[in-house]
Amino acid sequence: MPRINSPDELEKVRNEILSQKDANKPCISICAGTGCLACGAAEVIAAFKEEINKQGLEADVDTKGTGCPGFCERGPIVVIYPEEICYLQVKPEDAPEIIAQTIKEKKVLERLLYLDPSTNESATRESDIPFYNNQERLIISNNIKIDSKSIEDYLAIGGYSALAKVLFQMTPEQVLEEVGKTNLRGRGGGGFPAALKWEGSRNAPDPEKYVIVNADEGDPGAFMDRALLEGNPHLILEGLMIGAYTIGAREGYIYVRQEYPLAVENVNIAIRHAEEYGLLGNNILGSGFDFTVEVHQGAGAFVCGESSALMTALEGKTGEPRPKYIRSNIRGLWEKPTVLNNVETWANVPLILNNGADWFNSYGTDRSKGTKIFSLVGKINNTGLVEIPMGMALRDIIYKVGGGIPENKKFKAVQTGGPSGGCLPDSMLDLEVSFDELTAAGSMMGSGGMIVMDEDTCMVDVARYFLDFLTDESCGKCVPCREGVKQMLKILTNITKGRGKEGDLELLEELGEVVKDISLCALGQTAPNPFLSTLKYFREEYEAHIEDKRCPALYCKELISYYIDPEKCQACMACLKKCPSDAIIGGKKTIHIIDQDKCTKCNTCLDVCPPRFKAVSKISGEPVPPPIPEEERTITRGNKEK
Amino acid sequence: MSKILLKIDGKEIEAEEGMTLLEAARDGGIEIPALCHHEKLEPYGACRICTVEAEKNGRSKLVVSCVYPVEKGLNVTTRSEKIDRVRKTILELLLSHAPDSEKLLELAAEYGANKDRFEKEPSFCVHCGLCVRYCAEIKGKFAVGFINRGSRREINFLPELAAAECWKCKECFPLCPTSALQAAFVFTEAQFSETPAFETDSGNKY
Repeated sequence: MPRINSPDELEKVRNEILSQKDANKPCISICAGTGCLACGAAEVIAAFKEEINKQGLEADVDTKGTGCPGFCERGPIVVIYPEEICYLQVKPEDAPEIIAQTIKEKKVLERLLYLDPSTNESATRESDIPFYNNQERLIISNNIKIDSKSIEDYLAIGGYSALAKVLFQMTPEQVLEEVGKTNLRGRGGGGFPAALKWEGSRNAPDPEKYVIVNADEGDPGAFMDRALLEGNPHLILEGLMIGAYTIGAREGYIYVRQEYPLAVENVNIAIRHAEEYGLLGNNILGSGFDFTVEVHQGAGAFVCGESSALMTALEGKTGEPRPKYIRSNIRGLWEKPTVLNNVETWANVPLILNNGADWFNSYGTDRSKGTKIFSLVGKINNTGLVEIPMGMALRDIIYKVGGGIPENKKFKAVQTGGPSGGCLPDSMLDLEVSFDELTAAGSMMGSGGMIVMDEDTCMVDVARYFLDFLTDESCGKCVPCREGVKQMLKILTNITKGRGKEGDLELLEELGEVVKDISLCALGQTAPNPFLSTLKYFREEYEAHIEDKRCPALYCKELISYYIDPEKCQACMACLKKCPSDAIIGGKKTIHIIDQDKCTKCNTCLDVCPPRFKAVSKISGEPVPPPIPEEERTITRGNKEK
Repeated sequence: MSKILLKIDGKEIEAEEGMTLLEAARDGGIEIPALCHHEKLEPYGACRICTVEAEKNGRSKLVVSCVYPVEKGLNVTTRSEKIDRVRKTILELLLSHAPDSEKLLELAAEYGANKDRFEKEPSFCVHCGLCVRYCAEIKGKFAVGFINRGSRREINFLPELAAAECWKCKECFPLCPTSALQAAFVFTEAQFSETPAFETDSGNKY
């Protein structure tokens, strides 16, 4: 690799790379992100390579392991260029047919295409699939275009042009002004304007400053930062370098969780390649700007995603937050001015400088500009990563992009903002998703987790689940979080177990307020949110649990019983044979009865009862009807005779 | 160092730049309760009982006085209904661990805290970290530290270091607001030594 010493040389290298690429040459792009790899993408890639070798097509067809395009529900995903044919859930054994038909004969394999369940029509290209075409994929769309491990691929799509522009055509003040015009707000959850943070650090008198990428993505079910860092690591590096140049930092850190081995691997490769090209290190592109970056792996504590705890951990101490009455952009890592931004925030920076603030501002709402990537998970048809313009209605995200709720169940709530976010009910579905609107509704943007819940979800249990997570992840330093959240969890657990009592809700509210008001860091300050927001929108569920000992969603084990309707039971033996605790009494031609003392409420009987009988049901808040007398349980010739 | 003028409970206070609200208040003769604070140690901000209200430009917020730096023109209130409620709840939470701590009971009486409000979990330690920080910051020995995190967090002596250092020191003992430390120390010492760790005034050996 030649060292690049000027913007002109950068363009020369870029043109050389492009000249070697034949736009018409078939290229099989296979998502090699963590999700697809877990579904067998590595085997699919190997199968394609083997088939290409076997047919001697090495010179005619390229293969590429790319970043995550987001449609994780249907992985492994294969896109074939130049036609951009998108195949879903591809298996290794599909490779020979794809090569024979699609590559050689230019025929589309109908069976691997997306089939729209509402119209029954198939979609050939990514852009024809509703999951994709209802999004605004400014950032994530590049993931599938490039080999995540290739700097040349990144250069081919215009990579590092924003950095060159900044270093040679802009002063740090101009960069601040341009980013400031977009009001780019922190994508990690806080929503603090990035340019303000940068300006504070730039103006701080200490000459030694740092920039940090926060890739310690810890929210359960959230993986947008992973997809960006492992899919397009150079984009993050480029953003980080622009930030460093702007504030006057020469050193940066990427704090990435250890649970993301592929992201660690890919970003380390990216750093090495960038150094070889002279895009990192001393005198970058001959500009006189020096910058080095180091990858630091976290040790798995959720709280280390909090900026001050992250910096404490980087310093080699226990990862605990510290008071932020003096902001970390003034006194941060090693007490030096430090700008810490989330992966996605940094990813937006090169886009803004390449395309200008006006372009960026054409997306989003008044106070929240640009797009936001969410990980759409839970009870939703199209699980995956979605990038939507700020201001899109929750309803559109869930139904247009997400494809609605599986099995035609009823939507109940959507939880946004990670474990300390809030749950919004169907009356809030028209809410336009942006920082301030979500906060006003009692939830928050957070880093972009979006968990959809259907009618079978118990909201009290949801609050209990998230408080359990937060109790477990609290660092334990400050009393309100360590003790207060734990007490809240105890009370909530009691409620779900039928031991709730009068006054519990008031006590929870009182504790919630203290925890919110005086906890040391954002983890504690927002920890009561799962309770407060579910109480706000689902108070009747809490009351049912406490007053009637009833779980309306029929979820809380201690509050439900299983019952076989003797009118419907056909004595088919299915549940009797499968019951793991021998709790079902009956036999051939003898109506089945559940022994409530033995029943462990594992749900097996309900699962195996044939849908045409539907004899098993769950009961809550009322006594189980007594079993019918033994002499009335016999069935003859398939018809019940009493 | 330049002087900073602020108001605490209506009283004009002149403080040095870089001081915390707690220090400024105490200098001015205004007492704010604190459990994890020690004048020789770095401010820690963990127990939150020294929470006060600070008002500036008409906006008031709850801040923790042992870590909040003095600011010109700040108007600080050290007792109010809101502050008392916070302190009461904190005391009730801590009393579930150390129901017999004299210091906690004294404050509980002041703030009307009910020591039986939450289910008892007598671990005695309230995690103020005074012993841990004293040993690290003043003595430079690191013989006692925190293990685990969150609600499973505990203080623990590192047996090898404690056996070598703690015998002759024991300076952290009187700092402990709940007397949990002695118990932990004796426990560790007993595992490592045949000889008694210390004798009480009445001659009992432990």
